[in-house]
Amino acid sequence: MTTTSLRPLMDAAENLFRLDAYRRRGGYESARKALKMAPSDVMAEVRKAELRGRGGAGFPAGIKWGFIRRDGDKPVYLCVNADEGEPGTFKDRWLMTHEPHLLLEGIIITAHAVGAHSAFVYVRGEYEGAARRLEEAIAEAREAGFLGEKIFGKDFDLEVVIHRGAGAYICGEETALLESLEGKRGEPRLKPPFPSSIGLFGAPTVINNVETLCNVPRIIGEGGEAFAAAGRPGDGGTRLFGVSGAVRRPGLYELPIGTPLRELLYAHAGGPAEGTSIKAVIPGGLSAPILRPDEFDLPLECSVLAGAGTMIGSGAVIAVGSNTSMLEVLGVMTRFYDHESCGQCTPCRIGTSWMHKTAARLASGDGESRDFDELVRVAVSIKGRTFCPFGDAAALPVLALVGKFRAELEERASEAAARKRSC
Amino acid sequence: MSPVLSAEVREEIRAIASRYPRGEAALLPVLHLLQRLSGAITPVEERQAAEALGLDPIRVREVVTFHTMFRTRRAGTHVIEVCINLSCTMAGSEALVARLREVLGIDPGETTADGKFTLVTAECLGNCDRAPCLTVDGEDHGPVDAAAIDGVLAALRREEGLGEGTASRERGKS
Repeated sequence: MTTTSLRPLMDAAENLFRLDAYRRRGGYESARKALKMAPSDVMAEVRKAELRGRGGAGFPAGIKWGFIRRDGDKPVYLCVNADEGEPGTFKDRWLMTHEPHLLLEGIIITAHAVGAHSAFVYVRGEYEGAARRLEEAIAEAREAGFLGEKIFGKDFDLEVVIHRGAGAYICGEETALLESLEGKRGEPRLKPPFPSSIGLFGAPTVINNVETLCNVPRIIGEGGEAFAAAGRPGDGGTRLFGVSGAVRRPGLYELPIGTPLRELLYAHAGGPAEGTSIKAVIPGGLSAPILRPDEFDLPLECSVLAGAGTMIGSGAVIAVGSNTSMLEVLGVMTRFYDHESCGQCTPCRIGTSWMHKTAARLASGDGESRDFDELVRVAVSIKGRTFCPFGDAAALPVLALVGKFRAELEERASEAAARKRSC
Repeated sequence: MSPVLSAEVREEIRAIASRYPRGEAALLPVLHLLQRLSGAITPVEERQAAEALGLDPIRVREVVTFHTMFRTRRAGTHVIEVCINLSCTMAGSEALVARLREVLGIDPGETTADGKFTLVTAECLGNCDRAPCLTVDGEDHGPVDAAAIDGVLAALRREEGLGEGTASRERGKS
């Protein structure tokens, strides 16, 4: 089994959300160390670590930070994307609930590296408990002199504000998040300009996912090279894989990047749930195109999954069991994107609704084989024709599902039609 | 004109707005606050938020209607939210919704006639390793089956009964 010498991100201690417990295991020592380093050295260490974003897009964090110009006339903002909404994902909620100080420490180090004195944590609205934990942690850290003015006795001020969303999947898209944080509808912005030059309130902004920032303290503590060595070239460290669906032991597993999907499913998550076999896997949240069993040997790393036409996304691995109808998977998928499209771009607004209606027709027994061609036609007409990646996130999984499982889908649709005729 | 907010609430709104470089950024937290106080965001609360932050009421309406968590009507005393996304569907959330519809006699999106329960469905509650899952008044439950649902409802009814003194009245009758 794949192992690493890197200190795990997930600590079993249940009370780690308390500052004293967090400090006992060495908490905030990396922040103390980082504040003694030059910002450019902190950035260089993170670049060496080859830390990629854990939210979905997988962009190298150190390179993203490097785009920030700190010498302009506007302040630099740090935004934390804690709007975890990708179906199947529950890792950031775990981190914020159990290790809120780890996130705060990552925020402090990152803010120092990019020159930000204000950080906004955009927490998914439904995660009220996690937001409360973070608020409590902020109060504790402020009391200890780790947040506020002249933190760690250094000439560095930092305020962290928790901002709760209110139920909109699209606000997890970085520019929609900025719009929402500014008090507007969360409709994505056209890029460029990128947030690193014109972001929150028109100022240079770094946006990182919760898990991404939680990796920063151990990169500073143990060194970028050790972190990089735990993963794969160009994709360092470990990831939290959230496994759900038809496995014996659903849960969160921290494993080195590059661990084969099969090992995660069978060795860690215990293999198929009783009475089933795993007939497919969605490897990175609902938006990640589905994989067949002959693809389960793929190592879980950004570039390999991208090469296989899917993505590691948010690390949410959903196992589809032999007892689940692919027509049902198609129904849930198309309903979700129809529900969550913000409606700004016509191909997405109309296309997701069209796909949902088509899938519903097939499930109710009113569909025909050519409806699957229609689904493909509509998905292709959404792909690449929207402001933000939501359009692709809605289109690509439908294309993969219909492309790889058409025979089963047709069979289920015929069964539904036969049932309808017989009533 | 909308009913005037109390000085205390105005002060809380000022404190929230002061965390942001621009006051209008406080709109979501202010709407959360007003909903917590009044149970819903009706046109009255929309105007209150608009006045407090110096925004056009239409700007507030645009934001309210963009989100699923702002209720335009007051919900029941207890809100049951059932996840119907993929991991929960595969684990049987459809049967949970069916059971709740049967027991409560309402469809998702509705509130019981006595105002006690509101049933809603949700797209992924982020508890996928505990599928099928639901929340009761924001508290997580999972994995849940039909029997567990009956238990949860019985506990809420007991709580309600004691709260209103019906249990003691019943005891008094016998």
